[in-house]
Amino acid sequence: MTSEPQSAGLSGPGDRPERVTVRIAGDSGDGIQVTGGRFAGSTALAGHDLATLPDFPAEIRAPTGTLAGVSGFQIQFSSTEVLTPGDRADVLVAFNPAALRVNLPGLRPGGVLIVNSSAFDDERGLRKASYERNPLEDGSLEGYRVHAIEIGKLTREALADSGLTARQVERCKNFFALGLLYWMFGRPLDPTLRWIERKFHDRPELARANGKALAAGYHFGDTARVFETPVELPPARLAPGVYRGLDGNEAISLALATIAERSGLDVLLASYPITPASTILHRSSRLEAFGVTTFQAEDEIGAIGAAIGASFAGGLGVTTTSGPGLALKGEFLGLAVMTELPLLVIDVQRGGPSTGLPTRTEQADLLLALFGRHGEAPLPVLAPRSPGDCFWVVLEAARIALRSMTPVVVLSEGYLANGSEPFRVPGEDELPEIRPRFLSDPAQFAGAYVRDPETLARPWVVPGTPGLEYRIGGLEKDPQGRVSYDPENHERMIAARAARIARIADDLPPAALEEGEPDDELVVVGWGGTWGAITEAVRAERAQDRRVASVHLRHLNPLPRGLGELLARFPRVLVAERNRGQLAMLLRGQLGVDVESFARIRGLPLRVDELRERIAASLSGGWS
Amino acid sequence: MSGGGTRPKLTRRDFQNDQDVRWCPGCGDYSILASVQTVFAGLGIPRERFVIVSGIGCSSRFPYYMNTYGFHTVHGRAPGVATGIKLVRPDLSVWVVTGDGDALAIGAGHLLHALRRNVGIRILLFNNRIYGLTKGQASPTSEPGKTTPSTPEGVTDPPFRPVALALAAGATFVARSVDRFGPHLQRMLARAAAHEGAALVEILQNCNIFNDGAFADVTGKAGKAENVLQLDHGAPLRFGPEGRSGLALDAGGRLVTVDAEAEPRRVLTHDERAVDSAVPDLLARLDRPVPIGVFRDVEAPALDQVLRRRREARRAGREGGLADLLAGPNAWTVD
Repeated sequence: MTSEPQSAGLSGPGDRPERVTVRIAGDSGDGIQVTGGRFAGSTALAGHDLATLPDFPAEIRAPTGTLAGVSGFQIQFSSTEVLTPGDRADVLVAFNPAALRVNLPGLRPGGVLIVNSSAFDDERGLRKASYERNPLEDGSLEGYRVHAIEIGKLTREALADSGLTARQVERCKNFFALGLLYWMFGRPLDPTLRWIERKFHDRPELARANGKALAAGYHFGDTARVFETPVELPPARLAPGVYRGLDGNEAISLALATIAERSGLDVLLASYPITPASTILHRSSRLEAFGVTTFQAEDEIGAIGAAIGASFAGGLGVTTTSGPGLALKGEFLGLAVMTELPLLVIDVQRGGPSTGLPTRTEQADLLLALFGRHGEAPLPVLAPRSPGDCFWVVLEAARIALRSMTPVVVLSEGYLANGSEPFRVPGEDELPEIRPRFLSDPAQFAGAYVRDPETLARPWVVPGTPGLEYRIGGLEKDPQGRVSYDPENHERMIAARAARIARIADDLPPAALEEGEPDDELVVVGWGGTWGAITEAVRAERAQDRRVASVHLRHLNPLPRGLGELLARFPRVLVAERNRGQLAMLLRGQLGVDVESFARIRGLPLRVDELRERIAASLSGGWS
Repeated sequence: MSGGGTRPKLTRRDFQNDQDVRWCPGCGDYSILASVQTVFAGLGIPRERFVIVSGIGCSSRFPYYMNTYGFHTVHGRAPGVATGIKLVRPDLSVWVVTGDGDALAIGAGHLLHALRRNVGIRILLFNNRIYGLTKGQASPTSEPGKTTPSTPEGVTDPPFRPVALALAAGATFVARSVDRFGPHLQRMLARAAAHEGAALVEILQNCNIFNDGAFADVTGKAGKAENVLQLDHGAPLRFGPEGRSGLALDAGGRLVTVDAEAEPRRVLTHDERAVDSAVPDLLARLDRPVPIGVFRDVEAPALDQVLRRRREARRAGREGGLADLLAGPNAWTVD
């Protein structure tokens, strides 16, 4: 067991903690995500490092006040590096009884609990949250520092002469709470007041009211002295540069524009709406000036079909989806493998199978991405480790797709898609070269599948090129591109397609330790969005002199060279992932290493404390 | 069209290649292939600008037999692939070759949406009312009662009428022809090529192995004279020997056959540009006579051209470069 809270600090008024985790929760109509987003923006402007985790129900508007309708937003910020949105919150703001019931387990013992007590007067609201007695009065919250504040009533009073309807006034209370948080953490109001003016520029009465509620919350904190003084956190020491807040899906759309701009290719993003990938389509639909065309297809299959068509025509086809959509795209992925066309398929994983937990996060599509096709159909699979890393991984995927003429699957996660962090904006000189290699000289064309000796890629010949009219398709071909049913040819072509993918590893950095030393006792292996939690846990354990290292995989196929040898040096290998042990199975099968699997699958990101417990158990030999 | 003027005129032979054509001897697809090659040669489009996209089925082997760019894709999904090609390269002449199983069973959704969007692709739907490549099962256009290996007691479900579906989907160009009617088929193909938006041509095609004589009462000499109604814009809807029969609307809005010589003024005049008339839909549902020709040809902006123009405008009006986009409006600097 680990004893110290993972977000150290904020134990008393006037604290100077190193890091703070705040969770805001209310009804899905309460504007929780907006409040969280603004708080994250002010946190970034205050110079802290941060990571966020929105947590909302699949229903757009579940019945008001119910447990099903609770929406939450968590943020961890610090004057040092932040790798996760935090395990348990130091501060919880609960707008109603349902939000309190759902989120109280996420507040650490002794944490600050700010409750909108206006919502606890009403028997019905308590009953909807399955409270038989008012928790503010029955002593059940004794282990927390409770501040019962009549946020609803104070907002109504502040906006008494606003001329707004009661319902409109009710919807301003999130800004009152935000104002209170701003006072707590010593944040200026101006940037948010400007944001409110922009957001409501066509509804000046709403802009005034929200601004007034924000200021009222701030002044309430100041005059009522709910806390002695604001909490002070020094700014983080981030590397110099230009920063922006970025979530994983926005990072992907920026990567698409970067690919189009750097390569000169027309990028066609063809997608079908699906949670949690849809915002990639939304954001990319504003990038026409940068060479990105978007196409909302009639279904997932039509979407990947159009993307493949775009690549055949000499653009770069991209399709974004989530697990159910990736399953539907399987047949077309077989065609893309067979015809060796560059293509990006971005799967923002969610809880499955079937509709599963559409707004929650999971890593259970790994084996689907690697093997979920008919026939022998290998393709590269990559996974980003953080919201900002989605940008870099999609660029890397495009580089590979164009260099090796192959479809590439990128496995993002709901956690990365919706979570945000400060992203250092790269200069153009830091961006990789992304270069299409078209063949247009008939003298250099020996056949549709006559391969480049280095990459084993086939030539990319684009319709419109005179003298090179050729046909490709799903039927097996010989190297010259003729349909062939010859058994020997089929086996040779299968081997060539596989060798082409395996050879990509020549171009990748070899396997290396993320944290720790090669003579440590245990290595934790992860992939994708568990990176932050694994790194934090390993660093914390190392700070306690535990000999644990970590490896984090960005490339799931091909695996980096030397991975088997690296892992074999450790007495114990622990694979931590959000599924039932898919990477563990892959490492056992592909590398022959013996691994322990720490596989939790609850729709939530990996928690640092649970992983630390597991590491400790593993090191003490309590797990074998 | 770059270079088109300086090159020698193309002939049908320029569109043939060295692949052995592997359709069954006597298949209607041979004559369609010859017609397509003939028409392509005369369109004034450089050969490298043609792309033929197909799904799966006998007809979908078509691209392998054409000396153009070609893509043999996934069962029923060629319209999506063709759409992607056309969106990225609006300058290409993109043709889909499909069949009744490919387009109307597994791929029906894609077909309808491609037509609805009016993306500038030409879809040739070879309708032989049977699954050929999988050996003779009933297709969505098989007539009720037909016995096949999958329907030993006869087809029980009513068939789709491809032209009616296309019209209902809002297609801007819909035509029908017959594999054996070379000159007529070639006229329809040329008309489809000239259309800016999505074009669908249903081609009635004989499968001499699994559904021989499917259209014998249309293609046979007597049947042709008796049963074929040729649609010509501005001409009366007359058919039968010497055009003695005509189509008229009755008071209930139904198509009825009248004696065209006795009541010439009741006979409808074909209007392929009508957008608000029910007559094309009624014609599309006729079993006898069998209308061939252009059911509808109306102008509407093609999706690929709309997007191309918008892309060009956005590029021309672009403010700021990639660096500005990446930084966004709320960036801050850490020193």
